[in-house]
Amino acid sequence: MLDISALKATIDDKEILKGIDLHINAGEVHAIMGPNGSGKSTLTQILAGHDDYAVTHGQVTFDGKNLLDFPIEERAREGVFLAFQYPVAIPGVSNVQFLKASINAIREHRGQEPLDAMDFLMLIKETIKKVNLDEQFLYRGVNEGFSGGEKKRNEILQMLLLQPKLAILDETDSGLDIDALKVVAEGVNSLRSPERSIILVTHYQRLLDYIKPDRVHVLAHGKIVKSGGPELALELEKQGYSWIDSGQQVA
Amino acid sequence: MSSEVGTINEAINKKYAYGFVTDVATDSVPPGLNEDVIRLISLKKNEPAFLLEWRLKAYRHWLTMQEPEWAHVRFPKVDFNAIGYYSAPKSLADGPKSLDEVDPELLNTYDKLGIPLEEQKRLAGVAVDAVFDSVSVGTTFKETLAEAGVIFCPISEAVHKHPELVQKYLGTVVPQGDNFYAALNSAVFTDGSFVYIPKGVRCPMELSTYFRINAANTGQFERTLIIADEGSYVSYLEGCTAPMRDENQLHAAVVELVAMKDAEIKYSTVQNWYPGDEQGRGGIYNFVTKRGVCKGDRAKISWTQVETGSAITWKYPSVILRGDDSVGEFYSVALTRNAQQADTGTKMIHMGKRTKSTIVSKGISAGHSENSYRGLVRVAPTASQSRNFTQCDSLLIGDQCGAHTFPYIESKRPDAVVEHEASASKISDDQLFLCQQRGIDAEQAVSMIVNGFCKQVFEQLPMEFAVEAQKLMEISLEGSVG
Repeated sequence: MLDISALKATIDDKEILKGIDLHINAGEVHAIMGPNGSGKSTLTQILAGHDDYAVTHGQVTFDGKNLLDFPIEERAREGVFLAFQYPVAIPGVSNVQFLKASINAIREHRGQEPLDAMDFLMLIKETIKKVNLDEQFLYRGVNEGFSGGEKKRNEILQMLLLQPKLAILDETDSGLDIDALKVVAEGVNSLRSPERSIILVTHYQRLLDYIKPDRVHVLAHGKIVKSGGPELALELEKQGYSWIDSGQQVA
Repeated sequence: MSSEVGTINEAINKKYAYGFVTDVATDSVPPGLNEDVIRLISLKKNEPAFLLEWRLKAYRHWLTMQEPEWAHVRFPKVDFNAIGYYSAPKSLADGPKSLDEVDPELLNTYDKLGIPLEEQKRLAGVAVDAVFDSVSVGTTFKETLAEAGVIFCPISEAVHKHPELVQKYLGTVVPQGDNFYAALNSAVFTDGSFVYIPKGVRCPMELSTYFRINAANTGQFERTLIIADEGSYVSYLEGCTAPMRDENQLHAAVVELVAMKDAEIKYSTVQNWYPGDEQGRGGIYNFVTKRGVCKGDRAKISWTQVETGSAITWKYPSVILRGDDSVGEFYSVALTRNAQQADTGTKMIHMGKRTKSTIVSKGISAGHSENSYRGLVRVAPTASQSRNFTQCDSLLIGDQCGAHTFPYIESKRPDAVVEHEASASKISDDQLFLCQQRGIDAEQAVSMIVNGFCKQVFEQLPMEFAVEAQKLMEISLEGSVG
């Protein structure tokens, strides 16, 4: 599904990613953990196509295609979804308007007919129940006046509506209480399927209690320094990240 | 949604669609301004003596005036002697008696502009007074309106058929000496709309006018006068297009509205004059004086405008609230991009008791443009218990454009309630990124955001105009992103 090889990237001439290799098969859930400033968010932004970053080396293949060749909205339409760490508000544009534009852009790309108003509303109403959001929110501006938890749940709502092939969640669990966390986890787990891959970027083991990863990677100083199975996350929980700089190996 | 994406793609690739010139021999007066030119204009229009005198008085006053320079706009000095002040299509030398007599090329022009004069029914009951350069070409729906007692005709016709009305009201809302461009207009105005709604009549359809500047170096000096008698109602739509030219063209119009007691005038404008190229060359100078007076108690005047064109827009549609309990409203969206400049706003003059005014101004700047709001709220000592609410919002697209606000509040009443809210924001990269990451391309995203920003104003427009306005915004925003 996703193959990243020797990826290097800079922002404002500062090198953040110093050679990332990552291979994700369809159907897998990968967790990327690591200390602050390691490049985790940067990696997600680059996969989404944010043009603040310059890729200086390496390749990213998604579904057999060269992902870096595609503009942001094309990647989205091909099935790449990024749940933002800090979702931004768009006052004046209602959630319902935004969601409709998004769903139909993706449907058009897939050669599907746009959803008419009735089908769209039915789909929305069904899906917002899964993320515990009230119908009224649909008529407010995108993320306008939303609490942190509501914003994150809105991200999951969009993910469920768009049914991406590759879902990347950038610290979606940060700032959430247990109930919100469960909602997020249920949403993500409901998406698990053999045709779909999920990348979870997180600091904490907690989310991974609810969403069991197949592989865990540690990203530090712009490189993946260690990879392992789900138990790696538990070890990191105990040891922290200091071992990275001192060259010690995690037991 | 796929059809909307198609529309955007179409809009992206569209150049200024109305950039064409009708090749019709015109009966023009050579450029230059002096008393002889004015006498000639008056003669060509066969005007009564009072009007010629009125023009000459305005001209003599204009000669003593100085061009104002206080606006937040910059432009090379206009050479008033290099402008041609009259241009009429030849076939109208004697005036058309019916549409059959109108030059078919002219009618074709209107087809291109989307004004099917021949198929009046297609306009869904909107009467069109199509002003082609300086002389009106046919007036439709006259009979239907005549049944209601509504007079809607070119001002050049009103001067002959209803001279008493014209003489009574012309220049009473915008006096000749009001400002430099109004004085010029009063001297050389060639045509425009005249509307009179009798007492108690609700005008049965929306009235509309389309304008066009055709011949090179011919300024458009149209004059509009709308009178709504007691208890009447009229909704008037003004929409403009102009062809591509290289030299600037001056558009110094005057619009006067008179609302008697319990009457209401709703005046909506969608303005799409040629804005000049990316470097700011060419384009129309739109220096307009628009003013309404709520003469009687409980009268109401609403101005709604969507301004996307012109190289320079300089206008302040205003309301003088003379009658007690009268209401003035101003809703505006002004979009500037590339090198356009706008200094626009309104004046609400509260004189009567318990008068109310509402101002909602939305300025959108993109490219290297400069967009200024200038508003005056004046509450006279006689205007007890009056209220004003002003909301002035600016949206910046990109980081090379400017938005400015010059609000003036002059209140002589301790019981006046004057509220002013202002905001300035930009379409952030993060907002665009969010939209794009959800599959929405940047142009569509900007369109959605701008639409949301303008919603409050678009809601004020009559429906067919609202659709045109939204489409116009999309087309105008092309290339402003990224």
